[in-house]
Amino acid sequence: MITGAPPRRAAVTGAPAVEAVGLGKSFGSLVAVERLDLTINRGEVFGLLGPNGSGKTTTIRMFCGLIAPTAGRATVVGYDVATDAEQIRLNIGYMSQRYGLYDDLTVEENLRFYASVYGLHGRARTERLETHMHALGLTPRRAQLAGTLSGGWKQRLALACATSHEPAMLFLDEPTAGVDPAARRAFWEAIYAMAARGTTILVTTHYMDEAARCQRLAFLSRGHLIALGTVAEILAQFSQPTIEDVFIELQRRDEGAAA
Amino acid sequence: MTLLERVRFSRFWPMLRKEFIQMRRDRLTFVMMTGLPALQLVLFGYAIQTDVRHLKTVVLDESRTAESRALVQVLTNTGNFDVIGSVPDREAIRRAIELGEASAALVIPPGYARDIMRGRTATAQMIVDAADPQSSAAAISGAQLAAQVRATQIVSQRLSLPPPLDMRVRPWYNPAQRSAVFIVPGVIGILLTITMTLITGIAVVRERERGTLEQLVVTPIGKTSLMLGKLVPFVLVGYVQMTVVLGLGTLIFGMPVRGSVALLYLLSVPFIFASLGVGLLISTFARSQAQAMQLAFFFMLPNILLSGYIFPRMAMPRPAQWIGLALPLTYYLKVLRGILLKDVGLAELWRPTLAMTALAAALLTVSVRRFTKTIE
Repeated sequence: MITGAPPRRAAVTGAPAVEAVGLGKSFGSLVAVERLDLTINRGEVFGLLGPNGSGKTTTIRMFCGLIAPTAGRATVVGYDVATDAEQIRLNIGYMSQRYGLYDDLTVEENLRFYASVYGLHGRARTERLETHMHALGLTPRRAQLAGTLSGGWKQRLALACATSHEPAMLFLDEPTAGVDPAARRAFWEAIYAMAARGTTILVTTHYMDEAARCQRLAFLSRGHLIALGTVAEILAQFSQPTIEDVFIELQRRDEGAAA
Repeated sequence: MTLLERVRFSRFWPMLRKEFIQMRRDRLTFVMMTGLPALQLVLFGYAIQTDVRHLKTVVLDESRTAESRALVQVLTNTGNFDVIGSVPDREAIRRAIELGEASAALVIPPGYARDIMRGRTATAQMIVDAADPQSSAAAISGAQLAAQVRATQIVSQRLSLPPPLDMRVRPWYNPAQRSAVFIVPGVIGILLTITMTLITGIAVVRERERGTLEQLVVTPIGKTSLMLGKLVPFVLVGYVQMTVVLGLGTLIFGMPVRGSVALLYLLSVPFIFASLGVGLLISTFARSQAQAMQLAFFFMLPNILLSGYIFPRMAMPRPAQWIGLALPLTYYLKVLRGILLKDVGLAELWRPTLAMTALAAALLTVSVRRFTKTIE
């Protein structure tokens, strides 16, 4: 147990992408996340699952330094979320279900803005923009206002904006909600391409086919981690044929426990 | 990194650039920022005439003498009355006032000239439509003035003496006593209030509503660059608006610019900061852009009514005056009118400047603290 030890800056290389020990967050009397122990390895595509209100978003927001944990500690790419938020922000990308795009800026202006905010400038920024727009097929739409893009394109643009600085770790909070299947497939191809280049990815989703694409999964229920492992391990643990069945089974138990 | 590099590569610049692009694209904001100065100027410069002159007046002259005509002449000379015609009887007066054709009527009884000849006190009657107190006040003071003037004339004629007293009033700073000269400097203050509170408040709430604020917070932009980048563009807009109003006010309304414009721009800084504090504060309370707009309008109302922009603060009941003391605009109006109309400097304006600075410090402290809390 490391709790109580003075916060120290772990070496960035070698440390796991995410390490949470006894992590907790309560809003007043409401406990959103409780005693979460979780380790995510470098280069992993990790899925965080659970019904609405199970604490997924709260967990991601703590990892991103958006909210401070009220118990335990966590490191992200080797930096402590409580003390090194600045360093974490330089090294992570975050894409929420709301995308965080400026509707009244063009595709290129959105990308350029976020790249600049991440400290890129001059020729390096221009080159990075071109590469990203090309990789995600955004080049023909560079002058289009983001507000006029369809859901799938918005999602790609949001991904490009969140990763313009090529972060070591990428957090995706329900990134494919409300997007058509073709766009979801294209999105996951982009995710795998990034993972292949060494980016660690933490994704929350409601789509069970997407969950099955993850290397490891964690199930949250009412703020507690109730299952953790590879897809095969989880299927075996709950003796269910598919991840969807596991999910439904867990939700049933959860409701039973709540009643 | 050297200081120069820190400034050059600051994350404030992309924020500033983005803000200007958005400002250009957002038609509503653009109209509010360019159209409002023009509209406010015309509206407040032309429409708000608190000085009531040329009241339409009918005359019931039952005396029909040189004496009665002399009284009508004196009344007309005050400039407060425009005689639009004679009426045959009192019933006609009632009709004229009820129809709104006239708002005042002079009744000179049959014995008017005879009384004056015999050295008795002559009477005449002034009927005033007092439904609107502002215009009736002008009628009443005009009538009293006319009576005094005529009385003095009659007395000095009788005694063959020069009038014993001649009071010569010299209206300083606004000799023609035109409302525009008083109002137009205030338009600058009202406009800056709108831009800094309403438009800034909406702009910040929009970022939160659309989820871009959250997105920005996970980037390394930092709170200072985020806030400065968000607010500074509106400060620049405010100064442009101010310059436009100064120019148009001088050209169209003949508003004087007697003092130092540079000093005015400088003393606008604490006012702008105070107003930005209000705008930011509104953004931390409002859950939507519509709410931000309502809150901002709610804040505008006391500014228009209680700051001394249109209505003199001296005439207000005490509690209204106290509320006025909490408004940055109250002090800024003193600065605006002081510099533009009276050519006074910091020696005379240090009190309002100090008050604005204190308000700015308090408002910014509270709002920045609240804002920072909402993004954590």
